[in-house]
Amino acid sequence: MTDRKQITEEMRALMARATRGRGEFEDLVIVPLFATVAALILGALTMLATNVDPATIGRSYIALLQGSVGSVNALSETLTAAAPLVLAGLGLALGFRAGLFNIGAEGQVLMGGLAAVIVGFSFPGLPAVLLLPMCLVAGALAGAAYASIAGYLRAATGAHEVITTIMLNLSSYRILDYMLRQPWVQREGRADPVSKSVPDAAELPRLLDWLDPNLRVHAGIFLVLAAVAFVWWLLFRTRIGFEFRASGENPDAARYAGMRAKLIIVVAMATAGAFAGLAGANQVLGVLGRATPGFSAGIGFDAIAVALLGRSHPVGVLLAGLLFGALEAGGRQMQVDAGVSIDLIGIIQALIIVFIAAPLLVRAIFPWGFRKDRRAKP
Amino acid sequence: MTEAVAGARAQRLDTARQRQARIVGAVLIGLALFTVLVFGIDTAGDATFRLSRPRDPLALPDLVVPAGPFIHIAAALLAFLGARQFVRGGLRWTAISLGAGLALLVMAFLVWATAGKAFSLTGMLQATMVRAVPIALGGLAGVLCERVAVVNIAIEGMLLAGAFTGALVGSLLGGWGGLVSAVVVGGAFGFMLAALVVTYRMDQIIAGVVINMFVLGLTSYVSSQVFAEVRALNNAPVFRAWKIPLLGDIPVIGPMLFDQNLFVYGALIMVATATYYLFYTRHGLRARAVGEHPRAADTLGIDVYRTRYIHVTLGGMVAGFGGAWFTLGSVGRFDENMTGGRGFIGLAAMIFGRWHPVGALMAALVFGFADSLQQKLALLNTPIPSEFLAMSPYIATIIVVAGLIGRARAPAADGKPYVKE
Repeated sequence: MTDRKQITEEMRALMARATRGRGEFEDLVIVPLFATVAALILGALTMLATNVDPATIGRSYIALLQGSVGSVNALSETLTAAAPLVLAGLGLALGFRAGLFNIGAEGQVLMGGLAAVIVGFSFPGLPAVLLLPMCLVAGALAGAAYASIAGYLRAATGAHEVITTIMLNLSSYRILDYMLRQPWVQREGRADPVSKSVPDAAELPRLLDWLDPNLRVHAGIFLVLAAVAFVWWLLFRTRIGFEFRASGENPDAARYAGMRAKLIIVVAMATAGAFAGLAGANQVLGVLGRATPGFSAGIGFDAIAVALLGRSHPVGVLLAGLLFGALEAGGRQMQVDAGVSIDLIGIIQALIIVFIAAPLLVRAIFPWGFRKDRRAKP
Repeated sequence: MTEAVAGARAQRLDTARQRQARIVGAVLIGLALFTVLVFGIDTAGDATFRLSRPRDPLALPDLVVPAGPFIHIAAALLAFLGARQFVRGGLRWTAISLGAGLALLVMAFLVWATAGKAFSLTGMLQATMVRAVPIALGGLAGVLCERVAVVNIAIEGMLLAGAFTGALVGSLLGGWGGLVSAVVVGGAFGFMLAALVVTYRMDQIIAGVVINMFVLGLTSYVSSQVFAEVRALNNAPVFRAWKIPLLGDIPVIGPMLFDQNLFVYGALIMVATATYYLFYTRHGLRARAVGEHPRAADTLGIDVYRTRYIHVTLGGMVAGFGGAWFTLGSVGRFDENMTGGRGFIGLAAMIFGRWHPVGALMAALVFGFADSLQQKLALLNTPIPSEFLAMSPYIATIIVVAGLIGRARAPAADGKPYVKE
């Protein structure tokens, strides 16, 4: 019995640490490392089960590595894929900290991107110094406005944000489809729903095109770094951030301490939406140059995983976003080189999260690398 | 002292409710204006609704509604309901008025869209039922899990797993084999969710999101890696409609309820069984106790962990059955991400239906109705852009959830892990 009690205690301690987002070397380095290895091994087993021969499996993992960090181009692709994931993930992390489960990042990404495109092509004459910030702000505002619908409804009527954000997501696809067919948005001479392109002045400048015009990495990564720093500052150094965290940890205590619960909900949702909107703007201004139906390509949903993996800590979100970006970029290379479907990446991503969110499982599989006294007794 | 506090509290609750009633009243009056201004202007002619199909033995005559007068009457009724809400702030009536108001709006809309044309009402109701099935089953799976306080975000993944297994095993062993294995695989994912959240106390939402990702990745991977090359593995037989004799011949209701395939009957039976089980049997009461107050249930000798394992696994099996609808119940082949968010709509249906199986079914019917309406209306050439029609059920859900569900309550322990002492 004592053994069991001990294990329970240990599990509690682990869970507490997992939600804090801080921890020691083991949790921050060894667990993710082993989680990634375990996920890759299981991914290889999946390939074996679907009749892929071992040589191809080896080739595909080499391609995965090369495609993510193996060259300047690979690094550029990784950063390009990671940027929107980190931005949207930061917003979601803020919401999670405040106890709000915002599934609506996808819709907020779409609305933000759409607003940025519209502002971009509406003022073609402006210089980049003026136009680019305007587009980014428009994206952030649109995302914030769309998210605060759910925040307001939660605060005013108690409508659960999970259901309202799901409905807002589904609506956002339709709103986008409708807008893309409007004559003032649709590109001239096109029958399919494609928006006009943003002028050069509104595009996030490419950073490495002097090296090779195909390198897509763009100034959005500075936006990402600034956003990480801002969220860290907001969460841990400001009063409103403290109120976010307090109402997420214990809403009753926060209310008794005199925090304005409803205001916090609306502000937290709006801030989360602003980051998701920024992610959409980053995507259209830095990569796509225009809006098409469903241009978000699931960023809003992947960002949920990124925020969870990063344990809702800004730095964690940054690292998780980079990992997911690397898998994304490497997966494309893998598909080209080895002919293994990129959908394998989805499996690997899910497995990594399982192993990280349930550290006991990793400790059971890989007993090495952990101090003896920390391990659960069999 | 305490009485005064209770009194003040009651008063505050009252004013909050009155405010809600006034908001609903304002919404209804707005809808009345909308009905008159959008539907009422230049609408002439009769709207013809066909109630029977040409080969039905018992044929009902067509329902002919004069469009202009009907719309004005509907608008007047809406305005009356709204004004009544506004003035009297009728407490109990808020929900009923809102429901009746939305129904009136839909009727006015249908008449307006059909004015001068003919439209098969029966066909649409039949399609409504079919489209409601996966949503209702997803909602029912959610009810089973959340009644024992496990939040199941993974319904989407379980539906997808059921659809995939149905197609794969159905192609190899035939429809029944596919159906059974879809249920088993759904149950396996339910068990996995239970293991992660009950035994390992992983965050319930993380666990659900992970299962969704995992299933989406695995099924898409196999679909593009294997199905693309070996098409024979993705070609399952489809369960055809079985018409129940006599009952199937009743006009309107017959085709909707009694001339459907296995999945519609299965969904109806499961909803009935689950309602009976949860609310009229001892085990159902115990399950609900685990969801409301696990500590008390534990004290009374109910095994909280086992109850959660059983119900989450059952929920997974229901979702697996619902998933098989996508392949064995309609097209017979699996496509990547073919559930397209139905699991999340099922989750919404569960909340909309106030954590009750019948409520979830009703909510699913509303979504199914909107879904089939959108499809049929493409034939009628209405001037409203189809995107807005497609959005209308989502907006209606938001209105209803904001207007009503503020008062509906999730099981008290929902989402919280239980640690046995």
